[in-house]
Amino acid sequence: MRMDLAVEAGDTTARNLTITLFLVFVAVTLAITIWASRQTKTATDFYAGGRSFSGFQNGMAIGGDYMSAASFLGIAGIIALYGYDGFLYSIGFLVAWLVALLLVAELLRNSGRYTMADVLAFRMRQRPVRTAAAVSTITVSIFYLLAQMVGAGALVALLLGIRPGTTFLGMDADAAKIATIIMVGALMIIYVTVGGMKGTTYVQIVKAFLLMGGATIMTVLVLAKYNFNLSSLLGDAAAASGKGSAFLEPGLRYGVEAASATQTFYNKMDLLSLGIALVLGTAGLPHILIRFYTVPTAKAARKSVLWAIGIIGTFYLLTLALGFGAAALVGGEAITAQDKAGNTAAPQLAERLGIDFLGGDLGGATLLAIIAAVAFATILAVVAGLTLASSSSLAHDFYANVIKNGQTSERQEVRVARISALVIGAVSIALSIFAQNLNVAFLVALAFAVAASGNLPAILYSLFWKRFNTSGAVWAIYGGLLAAVVLVFFSPVVSGAATSMFPDQDWQWFPLSNPGILSIPFGFFCGWLGTVISKERDDDKYAELEVRALTGAGAH
Amino acid sequence: MSTDTPPTTPPSAADRYIAVQRSDEFAGLRRALRGFIFPMTVAFFLWYALYVILSAYARDFMGTKLVGNINVALVFGLLQFVSTFLIAWLYSRYADRKIDPIADRIREEIGEVKHEDGPRG
Repeated sequence: MRMDLAVEAGDTTARNLTITLFLVFVAVTLAITIWASRQTKTATDFYAGGRSFSGFQNGMAIGGDYMSAASFLGIAGIIALYGYDGFLYSIGFLVAWLVALLLVAELLRNSGRYTMADVLAFRMRQRPVRTAAAVSTITVSIFYLLAQMVGAGALVALLLGIRPGTTFLGMDADAAKIATIIMVGALMIIYVTVGGMKGTTYVQIVKAFLLMGGATIMTVLVLAKYNFNLSSLLGDAAAASGKGSAFLEPGLRYGVEAASATQTFYNKMDLLSLGIALVLGTAGLPHILIRFYTVPTAKAARKSVLWAIGIIGTFYLLTLALGFGAAALVGGEAITAQDKAGNTAAPQLAERLGIDFLGGDLGGATLLAIIAAVAFATILAVVAGLTLASSSSLAHDFYANVIKNGQTSERQEVRVARISALVIGAVSIALSIFAQNLNVAFLVALAFAVAASGNLPAILYSLFWKRFNTSGAVWAIYGGLLAAVVLVFFSPVVSGAATSMFPDQDWQWFPLSNPGILSIPFGFFCGWLGTVISKERDDDKYAELEVRALTGAGAH
Repeated sequence: MSTDTPPTTPPSAADRYIAVQRSDEFAGLRRALRGFIFPMTVAFFLWYALYVILSAYARDFMGTKLVGNINVALVFGLLQFVSTFLIAWLYSRYADRKIDPIADRIREEIGEVKHEDGPRG
């Protein structure tokens, strides 16, 4: 019984198979990208895939865009190590879709064109609002990108079994990490610059099917081991964890009861803060919002969110089985020996299941390779979506509407979008290499907090509040963004703790790791205050926005 | 200032939107939409907040075992999935029946509107 990933005998088999499968995925997606590039002629094609996707296709693509490595490997890992608390995370990620469904998707689809800022700037002065929206879009996307790319770098050595002292193609673990970051970056640049929204969407659809397929197979195998009795799986996981029934209850990871009452209070506030940011962040994530423009009508946008809720909800139910399965069948000790954060729990579980069901080390190596390749596909689809969102905003909001004041040709704008993707990709690669040994996992939660604190207030006020104006939009975005970033900068995730990004430094004074509980109300407050101190008010323009948003008249 | 404001839409189009927005039919559409989405948002948010707060502060309750190793926390969590699916389904049904028909009718009444410049992009 060997629970270590890809060592010794199965080593080369697993490694070769992982690389082969991954190369097949890359080849297929590149072929799709080249095909998509032939279909991409206008700006609408590039930014919004020609608005030609069906609700089902877009729903799958939203799933592919949203279910990141943080969802797949991260949540399975948290459940495997801390039990129930990982589930809390996935519930926030799912319930969040109701905000998108009820309040945002259809109205945004009807009144916007290519970016989030189209709606925010609809009845405002273009320059300040679009600048703020571009700043926020790029900040959120870069945070998210960094977490994914550094995560990919950290995973590759583990998934390919490159240990300290050994090499792969002449690379040691550190060199392989950098090579992976560069490769992921290069691929996302190609997907976006060549394939635009069309290519990116198909990459995300393919990934969604692979991820669902992989997770379903593993879940069935895990449950089969327990005769489809969830209770006995849970019992086994709790027993194997050594924590007993506490493993099945909230409190081991979030809102931990500490020795001091103050610390316990902070821990619980932190849990509430995380919960709010997760549920309110999704509908403010630019790479999610632009997906609503890829369908022809508001009704199709609604359908896409319904499909997305179905697929994402199912996926998080599967991760529950994967996480507890890994806890029971692999064990926390074997997982932390591979990766302290638990990110390898799902691949390790795959290996274990392969050994048991497909037979021996070869079976283990096979299933491990499949799941490892799926994990890389997952990362690629998400980073492509993020790159597209930020380059769209840079070109459409900042270049075309701020610098060129709306006076530019479609052709020129798309050219700038492609260059932007290249620049943003290059910057992300550089930052990721710089940050490769830092603990940047918190950046995903921070991206959600910024989206909930800055973008969401601006979007909701824009759509529902007649009095809202330029000053309010600008205040909401910058206020929420700054509050979230500043609080996190002075929180224990950046300095002052062993698990910090900079563990040797200490400038921490804000006790919570998640700023949402303060920064989200602050963002809404800034939006209100900014509005009422400005005299600007355009009821006629709001009438147009409201009619168009609710009826779809004049929609692009 | 003039360079910062979007070029104004032809007066006829803008006037048409204003007229529509003031019409009873549109008020009915707004009421139908807001009457569903606002209360539902409050409801699911409170329901979710209750779940998170209980997870933080009512651990004994959440740890109560119901059947075998299935405890309240797990059931409560699964109920969040159920409620999310349910609300999504209810909204879709409601929108199909009560919102789309009015929206379609108003859109047809407005007719083709040429938007050469707004929203600008």
